[in-house]
Amino acid sequence: MTPPQKPDLIVIGAGPAGLAAASQAAGHGAKVMLLDEQSAPGGQIYRNILSASAQQDTILGSDYTAGRPLAADIDTKSIDCRPNATVWKVGTDGAVTFNQNGVAQQVYGSHILLATGALERPIPLPGWTLPGVMTAGAAQILLKTSGLVARDAVLAGSGPLLYLIAAQMIAAGRPPKAMIETQTSGQFYGAMSHIGGAFPCWKQLLKGLKLIAKIRKAGVARYKGASNIEILGIKRAEAISFTVKGRTHRIDTDTVLLHQGVVPNTQITRSLGLKHRWDEKQRCFHPITDAFGQSSSKNISIAGDGAGILGAKVAEYSGRIAASNALALLDIITSTTRDKETRALRRSRRKEAAIRPFLDALYAPPPEILRPKGKTIVCRCEEVTADDIRSYVALGCKGPNQTKAFGRSGMGPCQGRYCGATVTEILAEETGIHPEQIGSYRIRAPLKPVTLGELASLAAVSEKEITS
Amino acid sequence: MFDPIVPNTDPNAQVHFTFDGESIYTAPNTSVAAALLAAGHTWFRQMPVSGRQRGPFCMMGTCFDCLVEIDGITVQACVTTVTEGLNVTRVPQMHLQEGKFK
Ligand code: FES
Repeated sequence: MTPPQKPDLIVIGAGPAGLAAASQAAGHGAKVMLLDEQSAPGGQIYRNILSASAQQDTILGSDYTAGRPLAADIDTKSIDCRPNATVWKVGTDGAVTFNQNGVAQQVYGSHILLATGALERPIPLPGWTLPGVMTAGAAQILLKTSGLVARDAVLAGSGPLLYLIAAQMIAAGRPPKAMIETQTSGQFYGAMSHIGGAFPCWKQLLKGLKLIAKIRKAGVARYKGASNIEILGIKRAEAISFTVKGRTHRIDTDTVLLHQGVVPNTQITRSLGLKHRWDEKQRCFHPITDAFGQSSSKNISIAGDGAGILGAKVAEYSGRIAASNALALLDIITSTTRDKETRALRRSRRKEAAIRPFLDALYAPPPEILRPKGKTIVCRCEEVTADDIRSYVALGCKGPNQTKAFGRSGMGPCQGRYCGATVTEILAEETGIHPEQIGSYRIRAPLKPVTLGELASLAAVSEKEITS
Repeated sequence: MFDPIVPNTDPNAQVHFTFDGESIYTAPNTSVAAALLAAGHTWFRQMPVSGRQRGPFCMMGTCFDCLVEIDGITVQACVTTVTEGLNVTRVPQMHLQEGKFK
């Protein structure tokens, strides 16, 4: 048996950044392998894009359908596409280990391009673990994949996605019962100081205003400057309560959709020990990359929201730029070609990203959600509360990793994905040490649970390699 | 609760499975989590220590609150596609306590 050829580039994630990167590299004749957890390309933003119905297209709108050419143009003959592939280990030596259809495999790539995108920022508030409470992104995934829409749901939090999903729910004939928004008028005036910088993105700004007009026209109740948000219920969500201008409100609902923006998915970059930086505005860590998306390790690049939240359009440009740079590093193209073909892309990216300072200021998450207090659950998997984490500091706990020993926070199956940022923030607040110095959980493989059967299949493959 | 934007009434375009013995029909290529939510189920698992109930939170394979059991293995309902005749159950709590977690 001839061993399979080693790919020049392994792209992990088939969202906008990964798809663009794979196309760019394959266009230069490079051997590309594209791995993704889903059964079809698109990532979360363009989820199910190749199979969505005309009706879904109408409801989801042009920002969704814009992703179709990207997914449709993937040349499955020249790119080794691996759907349903869950990557659970990546090494700095270029080894990528993944499960596909119950079998574990390991492949070496000369260069690895991580395009693992974002996940919802943790939204730790009282009652957020009750059944019936989901992320706004989850509701959108149900709409994209299964044509399901939430009925009489309450949206709570802040960020552009909150308006987008409200507009989509209206288009689907199920307007939200209410929108509870955390941004304050102070935040609005603060953000206005960035409006000049956002001018190149006037089309995006206009789109946002149109969404808000649509929500107003549908008569959806909006509560702005909300605080003390709490989801009430014993066995499941029954109501949501909150305070606006000193007055407490209560709305009955069995479905609450939460959103406070998204943060980079850093599981792989952390497990690789790459350098990360704390982003003061976006309140999260992101891996450090240069203008071409190269990480602190020479053979590893990062593109898209996984490198810092800039949205789908920027992800596409960054994917192409990072792929081009990777090929230059591998001597498949010259650095002159790289510079030439990425010049316009870098300009477009800069223009597209100009809106971010405005959005970051306008929709900054409130302190009570970044650094919760009391009995609010922080670590969903192990049911560790904010008070618990704070008490560990009094007992001498110095960093996120030590909280694991004190009370198992971050040790459940989600591996800290939905508590890591919160634990860093709380420890920083309690100790007075900057989040950058506090750091984050140490992440180790397997990044997703692996069965013994899958491990055995990997062992069988390596045995064959040794004996053949 | 969740409603379909287009009710799936075509009997030929339906897949059948069971959840704790209950018969459920769904469209092809639906995740177990979406099918259960559409059938009105809100909680999927119980926390091993507190016994509190949980339902899907992220729908993208990252939170693990949608765990169910299929063929004796604990899987994430949101990343598992329904196939004809699938036998899905809630994870018996003892399994989690005995550390048989996938
Ligand atoms: S709902 Fe989060 S992992 Fe399935």
